[in-house]
Amino acid sequence: MNDLTPTREQREAALEGMGCRRKRVEDIRFTQGKGNYVDDVKLPGMLHGDFVRSPHAHARVKAIHTEEALKVPGVLAVITAETLKTVNLAWMPTLAGDVQMVLADGKVLFQNQEVAFVVATDRYAADDGVSKVVVDYEPLPVLVDPFKAMDPDAPVLREDLAGKTSGAHGPRKHHNHIFEWTVGDKDLTDAAFKKADVTIKEMISYHRTHPSPLETCQCVCSFDKVKGELTIWGTFQAPHVIRTVVSLIAKLPEQKIHVIAPDIGGGFGNKVGAYPGYICAAVASIVTGKPVKWVEDRIENLTATAFARDYHMTTEIAATKDGKVTGLRVHVLADHGGFDACADPSKWPAGFFNIVTGSYDFPVAHLAVDGVYTNKAPGGVAYRCSFRVTEAAYCIERAMDILAQKLGMDPAELRLKNFIKPEQFPYHSALGWEYDSGDYHTAMRKMMESVDYAGLRKEQAEKRAAFKRGETREIMGIGIGFFTEIVGAGPSKNCDILGIAMFDSCEIRLHPTGAGIARMGTKSQGQGHETTWAQIIASEIGIPADNIMVEEGNTDTAPYGLGTYGSRSTPVAGAAIAMAARKIKAKAQMIAAYKLEVHEDDLEWDIDGFRVKGLPEKAMSMKDICWAAYNSVPPGMEPGLEAVSYYDPPNMTYPFGAYLCVMDIDVDTGVYKVRRFYALDDCGTRINPMIIEGQVHGGLTEAFAIAMGQEIRYDSEGNVVTGSFMDFFMPTAVETPHWETDYTVTPSPHHPIGAKGVGESPNVGGVPAFSNAVNDAFSFLGATHIQMPHDFWRNWQAAKNLGVVAA
Amino acid sequence: MIPGPFDYHRPASVGDAIKLLADLGDEARPLAGGHSLLPMMKLRLATPAHLIDLHGIAGLKGICREGDRIAIGAMTTQAELLASNDIGEALPILHETALLIADPQVRYRGTIGGNVANGDPGNDMPALMLALDATYRLEGPNGAREVPAREFYQGAYFTALEPGEILTGVSIPVPPAGHGYAYEKLKRKVGDYATAAAGVVLTMAAGKVASCVISLTNLHETPLLASDAANAVIGTTLDDAALKAAANAARAIMQPASDARGPAEYRIHVGGIMVMRALQRAASRAK
Ligand SMILES: Cc1cc2nc3c(=O)[nH]c(=O)nc-3n(C[C@H](O)[C@H](O)[C@H](O)COP(=O)(O)OP(=O)(O)OC[C@H]3O[C@@H](n4cnc5c(N)ncnc54)[C@H](O)[C@@H]3O)c2cc1C
Repeated sequence: MNDLTPTREQREAALEGMGCRRKRVEDIRFTQGKGNYVDDVKLPGMLHGDFVRSPHAHARVKAIHTEEALKVPGVLAVITAETLKTVNLAWMPTLAGDVQMVLADGKVLFQNQEVAFVVATDRYAADDGVSKVVVDYEPLPVLVDPFKAMDPDAPVLREDLAGKTSGAHGPRKHHNHIFEWTVGDKDLTDAAFKKADVTIKEMISYHRTHPSPLETCQCVCSFDKVKGELTIWGTFQAPHVIRTVVSLIAKLPEQKIHVIAPDIGGGFGNKVGAYPGYICAAVASIVTGKPVKWVEDRIENLTATAFARDYHMTTEIAATKDGKVTGLRVHVLADHGGFDACADPSKWPAGFFNIVTGSYDFPVAHLAVDGVYTNKAPGGVAYRCSFRVTEAAYCIERAMDILAQKLGMDPAELRLKNFIKPEQFPYHSALGWEYDSGDYHTAMRKMMESVDYAGLRKEQAEKRAAFKRGETREIMGIGIGFFTEIVGAGPSKNCDILGIAMFDSCEIRLHPTGAGIARMGTKSQGQGHETTWAQIIASEIGIPADNIMVEEGNTDTAPYGLGTYGSRSTPVAGAAIAMAARKIKAKAQMIAAYKLEVHEDDLEWDIDGFRVKGLPEKAMSMKDICWAAYNSVPPGMEPGLEAVSYYDPPNMTYPFGAYLCVMDIDVDTGVYKVRRFYALDDCGTRINPMIIEGQVHGGLTEAFAIAMGQEIRYDSEGNVVTGSFMDFFMPTAVETPHWETDYTVTPSPHHPIGAKGVGESPNVGGVPAFSNAVNDAFSFLGATHIQMPHDFWRNWQAAKNLGVVAA
Repeated sequence: MIPGPFDYHRPASVGDAIKLLADLGDEARPLAGGHSLLPMMKLRLATPAHLIDLHGIAGLKGICREGDRIAIGAMTTQAELLASNDIGEALPILHETALLIADPQVRYRGTIGGNVANGDPGNDMPALMLALDATYRLEGPNGAREVPAREFYQGAYFTALEPGEILTGVSIPVPPAGHGYAYEKLKRKVGDYATAAAGVVLTMAAGKVASCVISLTNLHETPLLASDAANAVIGTTLDDAALKAAANAARAIMQPASDARGPAEYRIHVGGIMVMRALQRAASRAK
């Protein structure tokens, strides 16, 4: 060997494989304004569509007058439900087994519901047309409060369901009832409560909010009459699912539908389902023979496309007097709005909410969820979380704090006492999940040491005493959020969307010069897949990450996959990548053995190629193997070096983490300051630590927003009062706290590379940490539970209710 | 979020602008920085058929000292106010307040004339103009007149501006050397209008408040001069009782709307807190 021969460390580093803080390759174009988003798609003759929307939350639509709109220069067509009926598309199926109006058919069920679609030569003309459409409404009584949805005299919202006593998920108890979903053993749970020394009960609400990605929902549809083909560019988190849905509802052969998701400016669950805009743009293109673009504005995004949460969770814990939990009982009232358009795996009407036992060893538990209709926008999507996991984590983490308060125990101590122990994994929860791996005690203790938990409690005690003496008007809260996520939907045995199993896929094709392309069933919306997927391949097969191009989002070229949401990409597609890479590696080994004239078993893997055991200088690099694969394969072997893998995961993965928030609140104004936020994440094997930190920063910022003010709020008439960024809290860098990140590593035992997924953990764990901090701050004044969001005026209200500010 | 159709005009003189406004009548609106008007147009809450852009008029911009007054041209932007040493020295409260308005992008475009002429109770400059006893120069088809800021605001979006008039400048008496000042603004985030805000200009003598003016933003349909509150602290050392008396006197004239910033009760409560904090901070700055 001479000096120019790279060392093993240099060879390893050159790959930029797993564990490397590789810079995001996609950012080269994003930071230079060279991304290609849907609104950048401009086709010759393209038309623009825009919606007439209902000002009423509940009203009968008596007539729609389009004559004046059609006189506006540039307006070509006004599509209404009547038009759509001619092609049988006035209604569409939802992912949750319900149906949803595409355009108002006789009535409207929420404010800003789509009533008519105006198609014009440009966006301005379309909006001028919208302002000229006259709709005659007859207002109906409005149902806003989900707790009143099942009153006997509650207004009938869904007249289309008249007489239907059962829905997609079983019996319906009332005309506004959607489903009841129960899990767990009711009798055993009731018995545990009877025997309990201590019980708590609290109605914990997770308010309605919205994913509000930077880029709103949008599409361009172009129907080619001659070929009978429909091409759709759209902001789709799951392009293949969209293609299948379009094929099924538009009765077009699937091969004649081309769905392309170009660069996406954030999704957070908002872009999983199908919206009226997509159907209307497609129909408009078929009708006019021209491409049609539909781009939502911010108000439309916030008020009409999928919201998140609106879960009202009555939570009870049974425990012994020394703080061992013995039972959990939760009833959820789930507000789904006017249609059930949740985007959960089909068999899971409340998503994976049955992860609500959290990180604790509950011997028994029982859960019941009732879904109801109200006059609000449909949705209920997984906003940066696996299906309903944020709700579950918030519920149990808040409830554990309430229990600690009742027991007079420190909330950290209560958690340590009840955590599932490392030796209990794989752990079978009382509500039916098999947790793959975890070491909660280590994570919790590391967090407590890092923040000097004992010191913080001491400081808090001093501050409380000073407050009581009237020396300060500031109160201090310490909030713990210890979460267990359930991600990676999911195993075909229990996860499907409209009957399609929730596998994911990867196709790797290596080129002769030692480079390649990986095509995926997933779709990045900012997660950095182009960077991390290549890193997995680099580590698996020794080709530098820089030499691997990652392509996603085009249904013509990508293998079928279920898309990106619910932190499923790494657990499912990440595994498919490793499996496809391993198939390639196996073939590469045969080629290397042939070229090195040894038996395959005499070879061993060495960073970026194979070497002969015991003869390290006799080796062949993957680069050379790629070349050989195209010109000198062993006799009988097909040339080429490519593989595809469709991965059906054997189980979910269960990332976890220990978060802590320290907050100071001025009781006179309700203004809070987040003094410190520490987040320890265990997502198993870490592919790119820098991207993990970025994901954690982003998720914590969203958690901060949600807990501290972000809300879709309706008045009693069903008007949205927080429909723009003036009132819907979107923190800027100025408001956003500083984040400290940390980690432990507990690999998933069933995942090929041990990775668990991280994108959503910070939102799942962050919200309870913030809310617990606020509640902890007020607890010494007698508060047990203060509902989110904790914006300034509500904090003041809490202080006032507790009698510490003068009226 | 797409405005309706409108015609755009760019007159080169105040005279031309006034003539356009007179000719086009109700359908025409002056356009300054556009950061209040354009958002309203995008929501089609305002649908003027004609926009008269004032950017082409030389002489509507600029800051100059005229004896014991500072004159500011209507088209002077918030960013230009912030860059001005004259303002920093003579009217430091204007700097403090301008920095609390929206974000740099808005401040680069938004003008003082637009801010005070708009008539939106959420605008911050009008309350300052009341506190500083500024006068506005209004020019219209019948000539020019000077109107005190304290007489300008009549209701939300209703001002003393007559049809066809343009606000061409603001003239502010320079407060005495050594005065104390503070503008306390509670807002939910950068870019938000005030939940409640209070401006204070005062002088101290021998540890006691010698003179004091207090004004309030977004706590009524117009900006308010809180005279009773100011009188409650004059002659005091700003002890607890005086501060509370001022807060309560100020609260007595507040009538904010309940909105997403909080119910009226909260906004009135924190309005009083802003008054107390502004008084304390102003006093600490007085020499
Ligand atoms: C995100 C955001 C946040 C904001 N936050 C704040 C805030 O916290 N505090 C605050 O004070 N403001 C705030 N603003 C408003 C901003 O300061 C505006 O710039 C200001 O209100 C209007 O000034 P302009 O020059 O932009 O006027 P324009 O928007 O052009 O005009 C406003 C109105 O005044 C009329 N007008 C303008 N100039 C004249 C004139 N010379 N004579 C007669 N009439 C005239 C116009 O016809 C129009 O009716 C915010 C704006 C935005 C977009």
